Amino acid sequence: MSDIRLEGVTKRYGTFAAADSVDLSVTQGEFVTILGPSGSGKTTLLSLIAGLNRPTSGRIFIGGRDVTNATAQERNIGLVFQSYALFPHMTVLQNVLFPLGVRKIGGAEADRLARDALKLVRLDGFENRRPSQLSGGQQQRVALARAVVFKPDILLLDEPLGALDRKLREELQVELKQLQRTLGVTTLLVTHDQEEALSLSDRIMVLDKGRTQQIAAPTEAYLRPANRFVAEFLGIANFVSLPDGRQGVVRPERVRLAGAGQGQGQGQGQAARVVEAIYLGQMVRYHLALDDNRSVVAAVPFLGAAHAPGERISVSWESADVWPVT
Amino acid sequence: MTRSTGFSFIAPLLVLMVVAFNAPIVYMLGLAFWEKGRGFTLEHYEGLVEAPVYLRVLGNTMRIALIATLANIVIGYPLAHWMRGLGSRGRMIAIALVVLPFWVSILVRTYAWIVVLGNGGIVNRALQWSGLTDSPVSFLYNELGVTIGMANVLLPFLVLPLFAAMLRIDDRLLQAAASLGAPPRTIFWKVYFPLTLPALAAGSLLVFILCLGFYVTPAILGGGRVPMISNLLDTLINQIPRWEQASAISTILLIVTLAIFAAYRRLDRKASA
Repeated sequence: MSDIRLEGVTKRYGTFAAADSVDLSVTQGEFVTILGPSGSGKTTLLSLIAGLNRPTSGRIFIGGRDVTNATAQERNIGLVFQSYALFPHMTVLQNVLFPLGVRKIGGAEADRLARDALKLVRLDGFENRRPSQLSGGQQQRVALARAVVFKPDILLLDEPLGALDRKLREELQVELKQLQRTLGVTTLLVTHDQEEALSLSDRIMVLDKGRTQQIAAPTEAYLRPANRFVAEFLGIANFVSLPDGRQGVVRPERVRLAGAGQGQGQGQGQAARVVEAIYLGQMVRYHLALDDNRSVVAAVPFLGAAHAPGERISVSWESADVWPVT
Repeated sequence: MTRSTGFSFIAPLLVLMVVAFNAPIVYMLGLAFWEKGRGFTLEHYEGLVEAPVYLRVLGNTMRIALIATLANIVIGYPLAHWMRGLGSRGRMIAIALVVLPFWVSILVRTYAWIVVLGNGGIVNRALQWSGLTDSPVSFLYNELGVTIGMANVLLPFLVLPLFAAMLRIDDRLLQAAASLGAPPRTIFWKVYFPLTLPALAAGSLLVFILCLGFYVTPAILGGGRVPMISNLLDTLINQIPRWEQASAISTILLIVTLAIFAAYRRLDRKASA
């Protein structure tokens, strides 16, 4: 178990900077997610930490040790790929035994450790199957067991749930979180899925064009985004003009709706027209057009009745719910 | 479309195959069991066993085929592995260089070896110039020359399937192995090599079987002094002629080839089970 520290880590391909002086500090046992769109450099960053790639400049520390120039073999990292990367010519058990064999752990001890790891991901009984005989979710769990069986200092997850369907992904998110808590291993997850980032992590790091945009707890980043990019990338953002000329962001669930002309008694409601009403089960999401043609998105609990497209309503929000962004 | 109408479409082709291809083979193989006027006989096989020269030629053929196949593996595996590491342009050039000899007549290629390997050829001149030998090494008209020629001609049969299999190996598997702590040697022997093994086995088997029946190269580079099965068959059919004997030898060759193939299939199935 160790902490991770990046100091000014930069990776250039020609003039293009896939990672641009990134600083990050992950404390021991913490679960941090690197979140960004494709091409933001998040996978590059992960491969630099894993040792599959060398940074152009900057330093990487794991457990206080400078590993900037260490090979992947020397870093004692558990790495899980989106594509699982299970060895197809080996059984499930042989896959999990592989990192132990490399570390000269063999015999009954290796067998016990491997079976324990498989039990941890609820795959006991699958020891002698081949990866090709397993479902995507099962394969990903084998990859997890293989990545934690040798007690790595840190765990790196590269879009581990990206290839799975939604329901399975939600189940595995819970399992992943529990596994991480049980093991107490410092974990760094890379994803483009903001829901995954918000639900799993202690902190998230939002990355765009190789640069850090914000490092904060999920609620903090959602409610108080550092800039326009973070506001738009994490969920839906309504941008409004503030009296001082700056822009502010209002989240859809903070937008209040009332029948036309009813206001909220405070007289600050703006007239709007319902463009689209989308049912999301427990919520309804309204796409609204204000009279000056600006659009606003509102999300309200669905309580049996909803506004229909074309209907005129009144829109308002508390000034405390507006967060200024640059 | 029902099964019977489908059959009627391929029936002409089937008839052609049976009449023009299979029937002559069966007739040829049957010759060995038939003596005019006396009916069924095994005496041609007895003749094979009694004259040890035939079995010696068969053994000789197997040995040369084995050496040529091993030479192919030793040259072809590193070559295919090296090609995998090239950029896309480098790969195209390398594939072209491997396949190019395919487009040149096998006769031309074999005669080219006479130029290269002859007493006044570049290889011998280079050896003498470098002082490694005083007198020319004889590469031609012996087993060495035949083995070199066959290994060259058959190399693409090994390299191409092997290269294709190596390309299919996901780099992330190797990265995963590295991240799990495996040193490069372990990654090669525990992950990379096992994944190429089926293609290596299939390619080697193909090369070996092709070697068994090779005619042109042993005939030219062996100069009649390296007896292999196909040259023996040529003699028995075109010069002596003793078709029955030739048929008996062909049958044995066919059985040996099928047995090797069956052994490979069993191994392969066991490996993928």
